[in-house]
Amino acid sequence: MLNIIWPIFIIIAIIYAFFTGNIENLSNGIFDSAKSAVELTLTFFGTICLWNGIMEIAKRTSLMKKLTKILQPLINFLFPDLNNNKQAKEEISMNMTANLLGLGNAATPLGLKAMKTMQKENMKKDTLTNAMAMFIVINTASLQIIPTNVIAIRSSLGSQSPSGIILQVWIATIVAAIVGITATKILMKRF
Amino acid sequence: MSVINFLSAGAIPLIIITIIFYGLKEKQKVFDIFLDGAKDGMEIVIGLFPTLLGIFLAIGLLRNSGILDFIINLISPITNLLKIPNQILPLAMLRPISGSASMGIAVDIMEKYGVDSLIGKITSTIMGSTETTFYTIAIYTACVKIKKIRFVLLAALLADLAGMITSVIICQIMA
Repeated sequence: MLNIIWPIFIIIAIIYAFFTGNIENLSNGIFDSAKSAVELTLTFFGTICLWNGIMEIAKRTSLMKKLTKILQPLINFLFPDLNNNKQAKEEISMNMTANLLGLGNAATPLGLKAMKTMQKENMKKDTLTNAMAMFIVINTASLQIIPTNVIAIRSSLGSQSPSGIILQVWIATIVAAIVGITATKILMKRF
Repeated sequence: MSVINFLSAGAIPLIIITIIFYGLKEKQKVFDIFLDGAKDGMEIVIGLFPTLLGIFLAIGLLRNSGILDFIINLISPITNLLKIPNQILPLAMLRPISGSASMGIAVDIMEKYGVDSLIGKITSTIMGSTETTFYTIAIYTACVKIKKIRFVLLAALLADLAGMITSVIICQIMA
C-alpha cells in the first residue's frame, strides 16, 4: 500500500509547491523531517524498551494465564461456534491477553496460530467462518490496557501529562469494540 | 474529576508493581527478564526508524507545500457539520491504512497544535483506540490463504469510525 501512497504524496506535494510558489518553504522542511524522525525514535527508544522489559516479566509469570482465565466467559460469548475447539479458544484468549497487555509482537504470532487452528475446521477453505470474522474484528479494535506508543509520543513531545489520555482511550476503545462486535454479530447472519 | 486524575496517573505504576510482585512471588529473576525484554524493544525501535523517516519526509512535504491545508479546507464543510476538528482529517483517513504513516501524521499534528491542546488529546486518543485495520485483516487472512472476507472490512471500519467519533466527543467532554 505504501509503495503507492508514498510516491504519490511526494510527487503531489512537490508539484503543488512549484505552482504555488511554496518551493523554498518545502525545501527547507526536508531535513527538518529527518531531524524529527530521529528525535521521535530516540524518545521512543526509552519508553518502548522499558515497557517491553516490564511486559516480558508479565509474560513469564502466571499473570498471563490468570488473565486468560478471566477472559474465558467473554470468549464463550463471542465465539459460540468454537465450543468444542478448546485449542482455538485457548489461542484466542492468549492473543487477547497479549493485546490487552500491549504485547503487540507477541499477540500477532498467537493470533495467526489461532487462525490456523480455526481453518482446520473450516468447511469452505477460501471463506472466513463466523468465529474467524469475529476474531479479526476484535484484533482490529486495538483493545489494550496501556496505550504505550501514544504515551511515548506524548512524552517525547513534552506533554504535561503523557498518560493523561488513558481514560479517554479506554472509553473510545470500548465503544469501538462494542460497535465492531455488534456489527459482526448482525452482519454474520446476512452475509 | 480527581478520581479520573488518580486513575490516569496511577494506572501505570500500579501495573508495574503488580507485575514485579508476581515475578518475585514466582521466584523469577526479574531484572534479567527485564533486560531480555528491553533488548527486544531495541530491535523494534530500530526496525521502526526507516519507516518513520520515510513517512516524515512525505508528510513534511505535504504540509510545507500547502496542499494539506488546501485539502483540509476542501473537506471542511462536511467535518464542520459533524463537529470534527478538520485538523485531524488526514489522521482519520490514514489511520486504518498504515500504522507508521498515521503515527507520523499524529506527531505532526501534535507538534503543530500542541500535545496537550484539545486537538492533541483527540489525536492521542484516536491513535490509542484504533488499529491499522487493513494491515491486520491482510495478515490474518493471508496466513490461512482466505480470499473471501465477507463483511469483515465493513465491521472493522465501522468500529474505527465509532472509535474516532467517540475520541472527539470524549475529549471535548473531559477537556
